[in-house]
Amino acid sequence: MSLSAGLGVILKRDLQLAFRNRGDLINPLVFFLLVASLFPLGVGPSSDVLLIMGGGVVWVSALLANLLAMDSLFRSDYEDGSLEQLMLSPTPLWMVAMTKVLAHWLVTGLPITLLAPVIAVMFGLPSQALPAVVMTLLLGTPMLSLIGAIGAGLTVGLRKGGILLSLLTLPLYIPVLILGTGAIDAAVNELPWHAHLMWQGVLVVLGVTFAPLAIGASLRVSVSG
Amino acid sequence: MKWTYFHRMASPKWFYDFSGKILPWVGVLALVLVAGGLTWGLLFTQPDYLQGNSYRIIFLHVPSASLAMTVYVGLAVAASIGFIWKIKLADMAVSCLAPIGASFCALALVTGAIWGKPTWGTWWVWDARLTSMLILLFLYFGLIALREAFDSRETASRACAILAMVGVVNIPIIKYSVEWWNTLHQGSTIRITEESTMAMEMLIPLLMSIAGFYLFCLFVFLLRIRAEILSREQRTKWVRHLLGANS
Repeated sequence: MSLSAGLGVILKRDLQLAFRNRGDLINPLVFFLLVASLFPLGVGPSSDVLLIMGGGVVWVSALLANLLAMDSLFRSDYEDGSLEQLMLSPTPLWMVAMTKVLAHWLVTGLPITLLAPVIAVMFGLPSQALPAVVMTLLLGTPMLSLIGAIGAGLTVGLRKGGILLSLLTLPLYIPVLILGTGAIDAAVNELPWHAHLMWQGVLVVLGVTFAPLAIGASLRVSVSG
Repeated sequence: MKWTYFHRMASPKWFYDFSGKILPWVGVLALVLVAGGLTWGLLFTQPDYLQGNSYRIIFLHVPSASLAMTVYVGLAVAASIGFIWKIKLADMAVSCLAPIGASFCALALVTGAIWGKPTWGTWWVWDARLTSMLILLFLYFGLIALREAFDSRETASRACAILAMVGVVNIPIIKYSVEWWNTLHQGSTIRITEESTMAMEMLIPLLMSIAGFYLFCLFVFLLRIRAEILSREQRTKWVRHLLGANS
């Protein structure tokens, strides 16, 4: 089997597994909506405050929803032994890891990105800010998935990996968050926001280059250790 | 040749003997410099014309802040050496450095807050430097927690090495993004007095205190790593012999 066909099989399998477990598919999205709707209840319904906070709330909620979903990235494969089989296959481990991250992003990051404008409108963000919301999340959520996958790989062998995963990955999420909310803030104030987006692009290029190596190494540690 | 020297350094026994020889010297020198620098700085320099006496906390604050960052870099270098060449001693260094760095980071944050209250009128501002220091503390906590989570020492050391290397790549990115975030959100930031504009009579005790803190850090590190060597090598002949000879 050729390399791309093998990766295609992994991608198809992961997507199929996700769609057969509808609950796991929907839960991060519901969590995203819930966290975002807690903020107006916490700080009050004043539209001035919500407008200032809107971009940040969308991003923090997306980040937490992504983190919540991250724990399951390698877990079931680790537990039933298929991760070990994937590591024994001739396909390089980092390619397998990238494919799994892609599949995971397609079922979590992408729906969150598509749902985000709804939250943004509910927070009263002006319409010129909505492209910024979608574009920053479109570039930012893959980056979150890549960083999160390193942490997920390191903690997959541990029984109580979840809370540790957030301790490891949240500090590393900060640059992505800052650039994302910065772009939305600029767009809300009718300023150009492309510089933020380009820096996010820089981060994605760096992430795509280096993160697969780290994900592969962390999976090796967890499985062989 | 030169390389045999490096190989010898990686041997726990050689390092234990060598560190035992330099340990008292490092300790005494650290004590002299810290005591000298602090006494000079706290008692004999002039009060600052703007901040009065409260500026004197820099003699504690600046060395700990600088060490908090240096220790992380050292830790990441040790982690990559341990990861690539699988040197036991390097991993021992990583496990010893994390709590030391976290302590200095916490000390820098606490002294900064104590200084901020009379100077800025608040314990905490979301200034870029303070924020990136706080994130550094979280990175240290992550390293310590990850090591604690594994049962096997071998797995823990490799996992920590990966996290340390990922962290050190991210530190500059975090630092610049936080600086950018800060300038975006508030036009003017409060600047900590720049060192180059400092009077000589304040600078010299500060440099003494920084040198003293670095040596103190080295002293604590050597103490910790010697204990770690003994605990990890307790089954080897030389440790048994050493302990048998002492008791």
